[in-house]
Amino acid sequence: MELLFERSHSGRSLENIPATTVSEYQLPEQFARRTPLDLPSLAEVDISRHYTELSHHVHGVNCGFYPLGSCTMKYNPKIGEEIAALPNFTQIHPLQPAQTTKGCLEVLGLAQQYLCEITGMDAMSFQPAAGAHGEFTGLLLIKAYHHSRGDGAKRTKVIVPDSAHGTNPASATMNGYTTVNVPSNAEGGVDLDALRAAVGPDTAALMLTNPNTLGIFDKNILEITKIVHDAGGLVYYDGANLNAVMGLVRPGDMGFDVIHLNIHKTFGTPHGGGGPGSGPCGCKAFLAPFLPKDQIKENAEGYCLTQPAQSIGRVRSFYGNFLVVVKALTYILMLGAKGIPEAAQGSVLNANYMKTKLSEVYDVPYDGFCMHEFVLSLEKLKHETGVSALDVAKALMDNGIHPPTMYFPLIVHEALMIEPTETESKETLDRAIQVFMDIYHAATADAESLHQAPRHTTVRRLDETRAARNPVLKYTPDKD
Amino acid sequence: MTNPSDYKYVRSHEWLCYVDDDRVRVGITDFAQQAMGDLVFVNLPIVGDMTTAGEPLCDVESVKSVEDIFAPVSGEVTAINEELMDHPELINAAPYDAWIAEISHITDTEELLDAAAYEAVCAEEE
Repeated sequence: MELLFERSHSGRSLENIPATTVSEYQLPEQFARRTPLDLPSLAEVDISRHYTELSHHVHGVNCGFYPLGSCTMKYNPKIGEEIAALPNFTQIHPLQPAQTTKGCLEVLGLAQQYLCEITGMDAMSFQPAAGAHGEFTGLLLIKAYHHSRGDGAKRTKVIVPDSAHGTNPASATMNGYTTVNVPSNAEGGVDLDALRAAVGPDTAALMLTNPNTLGIFDKNILEITKIVHDAGGLVYYDGANLNAVMGLVRPGDMGFDVIHLNIHKTFGTPHGGGGPGSGPCGCKAFLAPFLPKDQIKENAEGYCLTQPAQSIGRVRSFYGNFLVVVKALTYILMLGAKGIPEAAQGSVLNANYMKTKLSEVYDVPYDGFCMHEFVLSLEKLKHETGVSALDVAKALMDNGIHPPTMYFPLIVHEALMIEPTETESKETLDRAIQVFMDIYHAATADAESLHQAPRHTTVRRLDETRAARNPVLKYTPDKD
Repeated sequence: MTNPSDYKYVRSHEWLCYVDDDRVRVGITDFAQQAMGDLVFVNLPIVGDMTTAGEPLCDVESVKSVEDIFAPVSGEVTAINEELMDHPELINAAPYDAWIAEISHITDTEELLDAAAYEAVCAEEE
C-alpha cells in the first residue's frame, strides 16, 4: 500500500487546523530551518483512508482469537475507553496544583488500594510505563534496600530460572547485577537443590514468575521464597502471569517482597499501539521508604502526594501513564471482588480445555493441569514432516487466528505457547482447536502447503531474516 | 555437514582450532547454527577482553532468540572477526570458517571433545 508521503499531491491540504491563540515566536537565527519541512500534502479523506486501510492489515483482539502466550490478550471492555475519555481526566495538566486534581489522586489511591489487596503488597508506584520498566524499578528498590543495610556491595547476583522471561536477566544486568541461571526440575518448576546451591551471601534477589512461562504453578513456592530469604536475598514477583491467580492467591502471601504488574495484560487495558502500557511496582512495607517520588497516600483531607524518605527518585515523569490506571480501576470496579477470581478461574478453565483437546495430537511436554497457558512442542512434527512451529503459526494466520508465542520458553524446542484467556467463548475455542487439528493433519499429508503459508493475508511470508539484518526504518524521499 | 576432525569441540556447541600452542580461534558449530536458525547479529567481544573457560564470551542473535557464546578457554581476546559485524550470515553459510574470536595466553581449558565425541553429544540432544 502507498505511504502517506506517496499519496501526497502538492496543493492539497487540510484546512481544519485552528488559528493559534498565542503570539508567534521568532527562533534565534542559528536554530531556524533553512529549508521547508518535507511534509506530505493531503486532504482529510486521504488520511482517513490511509489509516483505515492500515487497520484492515492487522489482526487485533477486536478481529478475532489472539492466544499469544504470556501476553494475556484478553478482550478490553469498551467502558474503560469511555471512562478514560471523560474530560475531567483528559483536560488536566500534571503541573496544576494538587488540590485541583483530587479526583485524579483518588483514582490512583483507589487503584493502589485494590491492587495491593489483590497482590498482598503494602504500597505501589504507578510511575513505571510497562512491565520491564516495573522490573527495573523493583530491582532498584532491592538494591537500595541492600545498600541501606550496608551489604549492597557484596550482594551482586540475581537468580533467575531458565524458564524466565528475557526481561528478567535484562533488568538485572541494567541494574549492574550478574545473572545466575537455575535449571527447571522435571515438573517444570524451580529445581530446589540447584536453588540451594545458587544462593549465598552474594544473592541480591531471585526473580520468579508464578505461574511460570510453562503455565505451571510452582507448588514449592513457600520453600523457594524461604531458601532465598534465609540467604538474606529478596524475592521478586514478575506479574506477567498474575491473570491465572488474581483474587485466588496473593504473591505477598507466597513470600514475595516486590512485584510488578502488567495492568495492560491483567486488568483489561490495551497493549502496545492501543496502549500505552503501565507496569506499577508494588512492595512490602519495609521497602516502601525506597519507592519512587510522588507516592499517593490517604490522610484526613483525602488523597495527597508524599515523598518516601529514602526514595530512589523518579523513574518517569509525573505519575506514569495515568489514563491506563483509570481503565484498570474501571475494570476492577466492574468485576468486583467476585468477578476478579472468576476471571482467573475462567482463564485456567479455557487453557485446560484447549490443552486437553490439543494433546490428542500435539505433544505437551509437561503433563498435568496447567494454569492460564500451556506449551506445545512441535519438535517431533518437525522431525517427521519438516513442518516447524513457525509454519504452523503462519497457517493459523490464514484461519483468522493470531499466532501463539513461538520458540519460547527456550527450554522447550519448537515451542508454541498458548494463552486463550477467559474472554473467549467455548465456540471460539472449539473452532480454534479444529483449526489446530486441521493444520496438524495438513502437515502430515502435504508439508509443502504449510511452508507456503500464509496464503490469504495481505502480505505473504515475510523475509524475517532480511528485515532483521537490513531494517528500513524511515522513508527516504525520491529526489527526482 | 561434517565436523572437521582437526578441530576440538565443547558441550555448549563451540569449536576451537589451535593456530599455535598458545592461540586458538573460536566459533560455533554447525549443530548450533542450525538450531538457532538465520543469524541476524553477532555481538563480538572486544580485543583485550579476558575470558574464563565456560563463561560467556559474547552473544549472537537469530530471528528466534539471543544466545550466549561460551569461551572454551581462559585467556585474552587478541583478535575478532570484524567481517561478522556486517555479515552474520557467514556463520550460517560456513560455520567452521567463520571464526568469531582469537584467544591467546591460555591459562585454562574446558573439557575438549574430538569430532566423534562431539557428534555423540549432538545425537543425544536431538
